[in-house]
Order: sequence, then C-alpha cells, then structure tokens
Amino acid sequence: MAEKKVTTPLTDDKIKDLQVGDRVSITGVMYTARDAAHKRLVQMHKDGEKLPFELQGQIIYYVGPCPAKPGHALGPCGPTTSFRMDAYTPAVLELGLKGMIGKGQRAKDVKDSMVKNKAVYFASIGGAAAVIARSVKTAEIVGFEDLGPEAIYKLEVEDFPCIVVTDAQGADLYDIGVQQYRID
Amino acid sequence: MKEIEVSKIVDVVEELCIKAACDLDESVENCLKEWQKKEESEFGKYSFEQILENVAYARKENLALCQDTGVAVFFVDVGQEVHIKGGGLEDAINEGVRRGYTKGYLRKSMVNDPVFNRKNTTDNTPAVIHWNIVPGDQLRIQILPKGGGSENMGRLAMLKPSDGLPGIKDFVLKAVKDAGGNPCPPIVVGIGIGGTMEKTTILAKKALSRVIGSPNPDERYAKLEQELLEEINKTGIGPQGLGGRVTALAVHIEFYPAHITGLPVAVNLNCHAARHAEATL
Repeated sequence: MAEKKVTTPLTDDKIKDLQVGDRVSITGVMYTARDAAHKRLVQMHKDGEKLPFELQGQIIYYVGPCPAKPGHALGPCGPTTSFRMDAYTPAVLELGLKGMIGKGQRAKDVKDSMVKNKAVYFASIGGAAAVIARSVKTAEIVGFEDLGPEAIYKLEVEDFPCIVVTDAQGADLYDIGVQQYRID
Repeated sequence: MKEIEVSKIVDVVEELCIKAACDLDESVENCLKEWQKKEESEFGKYSFEQILENVAYARKENLALCQDTGVAVFFVDVGQEVHIKGGGLEDAINEGVRRGYTKGYLRKSMVNDPVFNRKNTTDNTPAVIHWNIVPGDQLRIQILPKGGGSENMGRLAMLKPSDGLPGIKDFVLKAVKDAGGNPCPPIVVGIGIGGTMEKTTILAKKALSRVIGSPNPDERYAKLEQELLEEINKTGIGPQGLGGRVTALAVHIEFYPAHITGLPVAVNLNCHAARHAEATL
C-alpha cells in the first residue's frame, strides 16, 4: 500500500486526509512523553506553569528510548503501550495536541476527545525499535531530565513509519482488523 | 566442591544481558519466519516484515531489539557442590546487570519504589532472581529480560477444581483477548497450573524460558498447549493487534501438584521478542 507523506506540525487540513488504515511516513518534529511525563505536564498546566514545549499542532511519541551509541542520534526507540497515557490524554488534547504515536487500543473517552479535538492516533511497530531509530535524525532533551528514559525529548525525524490506527472520526483499526479476521 | 569466583559470574552476566537484548535466539527468529508464511492480513504481513528486519539489523549493529530491555529476570540453578568465592552470588548477578546494561547501551527501566518515589535506579538493578538448588557442581544462569508491555498483561486465577479444563481455557483466552495488541503480538503464552498462588506465577514465567514451540513432555499438557494455540489464533487479534491469523507463536504450560481445594492458573505473556540467554559454569 502506498504511504502518505506527512509533515509536522499537524493541522486540521492535514488530519482530514488521514484515514484509519493509512500507512504514513512522518517528517518533522515530534516530542516524546510517557506516563510519568504526562502526569507532570497535566499538573504543570493546572498550576499555571509554562510547559517544556508548546502542544499546539504537535505529535507526542510514547517512547522511552535506549541510550544512543556514539554516532547515533538516539538508541532503539519503539513505541510503548498507549493505554497508560489514557488518563492524561483528553487533557493534553484540549491543549492542542494533534497527534499521538504508540501501540495498542485507546479508551473510549480518549477516542471521543480525539473526535472533538480533531486529533489522530498512529501506531508504529512494537519491538521494531532498532529499525525505527534509523528515522530519528536529532534528539535533544527539553524537559524532565531527572526521569531518565522517561524525559521529554524533541526529535527531528525523517520518514518515520507508522499506521493510522484511530482517525479523527474515531474509526479504530484495532476493532476493524480483529473483526475481519476473527473465526467464531 | 567446585569453586567459582564471583568476578567470573559478573563477567558472564554482563555478557548475557547484552546478548539477550541484541541477538535474538535463532530458534525464535526461525519460529517467526515459519508463522510469517501463515499470515494473511496486510498489517500482519507488514508487522512480520518489520519485526524480522529489526531482528537482523539489531544483531548486525549490536543494538537492542526493543527499547524496553526489561526487568532482568533470572532463573539460576545452583549445584549443591558449587562454592562461590569472593563475594555474594546475588550481588554478583546485580553487578553483571549494572555493567551489562551500561556497556550495552540498554535502557534502565527499574524504579526504586513502586508507589511512593518511583525514582529510576539508573543501572537497571535490582534483578528479579528465581533460585533453584540442584544436585551437581554446575552453576546455570539463564536471563529472560522481560518488557513491561507484555508483563502488565499477566493474570492469575485461583480456580475451583470443578472449573476444570473448560475453566482453564476460558481464563487463558480471556487474558489473551483482553490484552489485545498491548503485549506486542505475535506473543508467546506462558501458563502455570497448580501449586500455590506464588508457585503458579513462577511456573508461568518458567514456561516462557522453554525453547519456543517445544511441547510439554506430558502429552496431555502438550495437547492442551496445541488446543489453546489454535483457539488463540482464531481470535483475529493478529500481529500488533491490527487483525490477522497469527496472534500467538507458541503456548507453553508448566504444571505442579496442587492442594485438594485448588486449581491455580497464571498467564504470563511474552512479546514476539522472546529474549533469552544462558550460560553454564
């Protein structure tokens, strides 16, 4: 299947073109954050503090990378399981986040919030971490360095491969795919 | 009495940590290639291609297959006629983990307290070690680095004896269906049956340490493994949970005698990167 090329930041127009089941390659900037970082981001917003990065139009990649070997921008960096971020996701979508990359199905309230806020959820292949790291060109810690592998990194990526698994209409490949192949 | 220096053990564990994380055992790679032929779905096929390309690339570049290089779980068989010299065996294993995870550029994923602090220990210690005292003069150390995505999908049930085989099957299938794409299918399903609450969970982990696809030597349990594998692969979950024919690569059961009142069952799932390495001193 042909890949759709997507550049960041994401806009409503770009998102309109992304349908569930599309293979996508992303070029541009994305930020990493896992549950520990999400917890802090949401708390900082509540406390009226400035966040380490502006969420508007951005993509968060759910990943805790390995350390980079000399000559590499980043170590292996495949997706982590997304449902751990579900508790915080509607709050960050309200702040303008437009894309998320992870693996595994999201909760209903997350999908509802994605429809409301016109956001898209991509999956990359869990456990293909060394290959995925080839598309990361630069990596820089921009927040929560004390969290170690859970710090927020700003990544510049080129042709980062993923699949639209939940689109801005709420269509979910985890339901569609399983229904198609289930044998009763 | 055979003497083994702790410095030797540290070196061996360091090497095992890196080997397990970066160089997937060929038995697992070959198993993936066999199942790849049976996958029909577009995203299932794509997942297999990416997974196998990653296995080859990680091995060639000596990079971790997956960024989640896991909790360092060990099964250690200590021969009764072995004398460990120069320090503690547990300390030596943890020192090997510390060195291996640092030298191998592996991710350090352990936090020091599960509830109140959750501060990263920065060296992936402590390991989780299961000890066995065995006859003989050998020390066998096996590492199974265990990722959080699949570990979080584990389940335990204290079934009643009257639940029997149907109860076991229902419980295992529900665990796999509820896990969906989260544990990075195609998975290996480790099942412990019998013993006590803690014994059965360790058996489920032990089941994951077997050579992939090797049947239980007891043919009744081997048949149950096969039946469960067929049922699991009818769920349609498929590689990465995106729909397909191949949800599990293998089902391994380990069993133990049980109390007259009980039928404990534990399910421990492993992602497709079923990482192991071992050494015998």
